[in-house]
Amino acid sequence: MITCRDLLGFLHDYTAGALNEAQTRTFEEHLAVCPPCVAYLATYRAVSTLSLATQQSDASSDELPEDLVRAILAARDRPSAP
Amino acid sequence: MAPLDQAVQDDAEVALLARLRAGDPAAFEQLVRAHGGRLLAVARRLLRDEEDARDALQEAFVSAFKGLPGFGGGSRLGTWLHSILVNAALMRLRRRRRKPEQALDDLLPSFLDDGHHARPPAPWRQDAHVLVEQRETREFVHAAIDRLPESYRTVLLLRDVEELDTETTARALGITANLVKVRLHRARQALRTLLSPRFEQGAA
Repeated sequence: MITCRDLLGFLHDYTAGALNEAQTRTFEEHLAVCPPCVAYLATYRAVSTLSLATQQSDASSDELPEDLVRAILAARDRPSAP
Repeated sequence: MAPLDQAVQDDAEVALLARLRAGDPAAFEQLVRAHGGRLLAVARRLLRDEEDARDALQEAFVSAFKGLPGFGGGSRLGTWLHSILVNAALMRLRRRRRKPEQALDDLLPSFLDDGHHARPPAPWRQDAHVLVEQRETREFVHAAIDRLPESYRTVLLLRDVEELDTETTARALGITANLVKVRLHRARQALRTLLSPRFEQGAA
């Protein structure tokens, strides 16, 4: 039976669906008897979800300010800085 | 949002590309207006500073303009612009004055000799996703991400926030796919440690 430390090493690949059948079985056998690892798995997944959700909640309008458009067009016409 | 991925351009894009290569200024403006908003949002998420984000966007479009002769048309314009923008933003991130970063090893979980967790992980609140609707919670998450060492922070931002796949992230950072996976895994562990005090069940 793998240890909690072992499981942590597999966590990224498990959540990415990259473990093969045998590895997945070994992984889930441990989870079945280890509430701390079940908790860790849930919180590990939550980290990704929260990082994304935080940025999405921040998202302001995707509108491009007109002065920025003008600045970009003007910059295109400038010769490169030496 | 993941960048557009189709390899084949549609007729409209082929026509725009032709006009761009011919030096048509109206075509360049069309390109800026069509893609600029989406790219500005990416720059804002990576740089979290409005002026930096605008500068990076400007640099990216100028870079694209200069790079047009070398653009083989093997991918969509949007995909190509997105990778230029990500590079411009990453360069700015690297040049920034370093904020105090926390050593990664301090943030990784530790284990006893028998392989059990030294500090049993506590479950998080069910309403964590609701908490991020509050600005203060979001600031807390942003600050936590900022405390990650730079090479781990950028992988987390590109993979988990920008949702780029492993290959694209590896190319953007000039590292192997394997290193992306290792760094992402460690970054998530570290961020988990930093976020736990706020999100654990029973936390204030």
